[in-house]
Amino acid sequence: MNLTLNVWRQRNSASAGGFAIYEAKDISPDMSFLEMLDVVNERLIAGGEAPIAFDHDCREGICGTCGMVINGAAHGPRARTTACQLHMRSFRDGDTITIEPWRAKAFPVLRDLVVDRRALDRIIQAGGFISVNTGSAPDGNAIPVAKEDAERSMDAAACIGCGACVAACPNASAMLFTAAKISHLGLLPQGQAERRERALRMIATMDAEAFGACTNHAECEAACPKGIGIETIARMNRDYMRAALRRRPPAAAGGGAG
Amino acid sequence: MELRAEIPSGPISTKWSRHRFEMRLINPANKRKYSVIIVGTGLAGASAAASMAELGYNVTSFCYQDSPRRAHSIAAQGGINAAKNYQNDGDSVWRLFYDTVKGGDFRAREANVHRLAELSVAIIDQCVAQGVPFAREYGGVLANRSFGGALVSRTFYARGQTGQQLLLGAYQALARQIGLGKVRMFSRHEMLEVIVIDGRARGIVARDMVTGEMQAHLADAVVLATGGYGTVFHLATYAKGCNTTAIWRAYRKGAAFGNPCFTQIHPTCIPVTGEHQSKLTLMSESLRNDGRIWVPKNKGDRRAPDTIPETERDYYLERMYPTYGNLAPRDIASRAAKKVCDEGRGVGETGRGVYLDFADAIQRLGRPAVGEKYGNLFEMYERITDEDPYKVPMRIYPAIHYTMGGLWVDYNLMSTLPGLHVIGEANFSDHGANRLGASALMQGLADGYFIIPYTIGHYLAANPLSKADADHPEARRAVDEAGQRVRRLLSIKGKRTTTSFHRELGAIMWEGCGMGRTEAGLTSALAKIPALRDEFWRNVTVAGEGGELNPSIEHAGRVADFLELAELMCLDALERRESCGGHFREEFQTADGEALRDDANFCHVAAWEHQGDGRPPKRHVEPLSFANVPLATRSYR
Repeated sequence: MNLTLNVWRQRNSASAGGFAIYEAKDISPDMSFLEMLDVVNERLIAGGEAPIAFDHDCREGICGTCGMVINGAAHGPRARTTACQLHMRSFRDGDTITIEPWRAKAFPVLRDLVVDRRALDRIIQAGGFISVNTGSAPDGNAIPVAKEDAERSMDAAACIGCGACVAACPNASAMLFTAAKISHLGLLPQGQAERRERALRMIATMDAEAFGACTNHAECEAACPKGIGIETIARMNRDYMRAALRRRPPAAAGGGAG
Repeated sequence: MELRAEIPSGPISTKWSRHRFEMRLINPANKRKYSVIIVGTGLAGASAAASMAELGYNVTSFCYQDSPRRAHSIAAQGGINAAKNYQNDGDSVWRLFYDTVKGGDFRAREANVHRLAELSVAIIDQCVAQGVPFAREYGGVLANRSFGGALVSRTFYARGQTGQQLLLGAYQALARQIGLGKVRMFSRHEMLEVIVIDGRARGIVARDMVTGEMQAHLADAVVLATGGYGTVFHLATYAKGCNTTAIWRAYRKGAAFGNPCFTQIHPTCIPVTGEHQSKLTLMSESLRNDGRIWVPKNKGDRRAPDTIPETERDYYLERMYPTYGNLAPRDIASRAAKKVCDEGRGVGETGRGVYLDFADAIQRLGRPAVGEKYGNLFEMYERITDEDPYKVPMRIYPAIHYTMGGLWVDYNLMSTLPGLHVIGEANFSDHGANRLGASALMQGLADGYFIIPYTIGHYLAANPLSKADADHPEARRAVDEAGQRVRRLLSIKGKRTTTSFHRELGAIMWEGCGMGRTEAGLTSALAKIPALRDEFWRNVTVAGEGGELNPSIEHAGRVADFLELAELMCLDALERRESCGGHFREEFQTADGEALRDDANFCHVAAWEHQGDGRPPKRHVEPLSFANVPLATRSYR
């Protein structure tokens, strides 16, 4: 296949970026999208040009490192598929493909297609955990968990933290990401003790990190490579409202474990 | 160099509890006066960082990824072993210990393996408490499945994403400590040097991968949890970023390298499609619970799989190993696949593939039940190959998956460089010459949650240290060295890319030091590698500049280290004149084609000491004794 790439190039977070056009010739339909970029980069390096910087690691759709907007869609045209699992057979010979970084105020561009997603880590640091120190756990079977609860919790826990939900949202909201973690932990008996505090803290941090609000576009659900649904957002809103109505004086950060 | 394994005395089942009592403790109020650097945030690194911070230590944590949640433990699919005996099928700590020693073909340290089996039960408890959504039975109790090399069901799992869920548990525990200010997290930082002061590891040099700045970080002890080095083969199931740099730099500063040639080749990966291939994807071993592996009986049979009648199929694992069948250990299943493909019976365009067929399972259990167990793996397979495994058998072939070798450590997980501790896949410890499925997650978490938090205190209490900061001459020297190396790589301005060198090195290694090794093949690889390394330092081209985000410079440094490590691996493989586990020397095999150990001469760990550039490394030996699991020829027939 022969393709034309229209790629966002930006030297660093301080510089202005712009699109550049590259020809990608003799591409095999069996290549993954990232392997196609590898080939283009090898040719750029051979020609003395700087390769296109993009984030990637496991290349099997689980680490959540890769992320780029391909022809206007986060992770590209195929549903429930990360950019690294997208294969060139999803495109046609002669296509022009536009490739951009995640666009969100909370995700500053570091270079080309690479963005800084540490804001997502900070949301987890605010309360996306169960406070249990190593060594203090009861026997694994001491707490029965209904199979259905475990399965639904797992559905939400499948989030890979790639940020596609933020990139797809017109408001650059991180509601789906935050709600997935709140659902994962809130659906399990182990997660009940901190359920209210968790919702309050994570949402406060989400807002402080300059993510937008949710206005029910559901673009996040459509873009999520792991198929996480917006019912998690409803669950989060419920937790948040309950917690806000029964608000008590705030405890120390991290569940007072320090 | 002297290898002191520091194995506690007494019966094997009480060694660890006794050692825990005998180790020195640090008063809780004094722990905050100590600082520890942990490099890597996979299962071992994240669990260690969280647990040590909970104890009160000041922890600094580093990872090359943009977030600690992305370390490659996340990709482990199948499960984690634990001797819970929840299935009432005869499991016990002793049986897990026995299976692991035997699975490792008697090249692991008994005392370490027993401790691992003891701790396995506490890991499951800890992970459940953290909210890891393990699979459950309808009554709400934990579910189990079987894995290779065991006749009991002791593997706990979360769909085909067990590594992800365990890592998120450890990551969340780490995130909590970051939020509390007990851990300082440096993501997008790559360790390039160890700082050694007065003979002790006291810090690291890290490159900020966004700005290119080289920084010295000092502490009272250093823990490396930087994973395995299988990407030396270029094509592997590892993440693209996995590398050997941290442990290789430590090796060059005095940490011995244990059994570098012990690599694991996983039998069930998606076959290579072409030159552009950048990595290989694993299909979980758990699939072998229900999938049946076969090839046509006749050479060159190119018919579609569903048109080949049962009588013309060879379910070769079931035929050769009736007791374990499709669940034979990984090294054995991989070699069997190579053998049938070498005979010309392989399938797919390249002839390097065998079928993993679910037709029987779908008929027996129904499509929904198969989907519930393996759905996400089937989807992943379909995305990559464009074939639907519900309808057509999967095509699989072995690929590099894990390295049992790594930095040599004593019972306390400390290397031969005092103060430098090594945990998880980065050390050589518990798996001998072959790791059993679902044991890597167990080892990473045992090291991180339950071993290093104790042994680090023992080290710190026993070794008073002088003050040292980033202005120390040794720290400055290490920063200079790391900076010079980057400048040198940028100054070569040759003609070949780092990837082309990596690909060529991988081909040499797969050919010479892969599934079947021979004296001639290893000797040939040992001639080619230094030549390729020389060319690299004359002819590599590295794009861009040092003071910026530059993936090209990162890859160049990693490939440079792989080019040194590869030679040590081949040397180790050459010197070990026996076959054991994943190390298969074709000269040493039984009449049935199985690995033939030489216990009289090689019942030991080989630990290599760096002697300086241009001088051959020195091979040291730690003898292994098997007082509890008597030496025997492995049989899975």
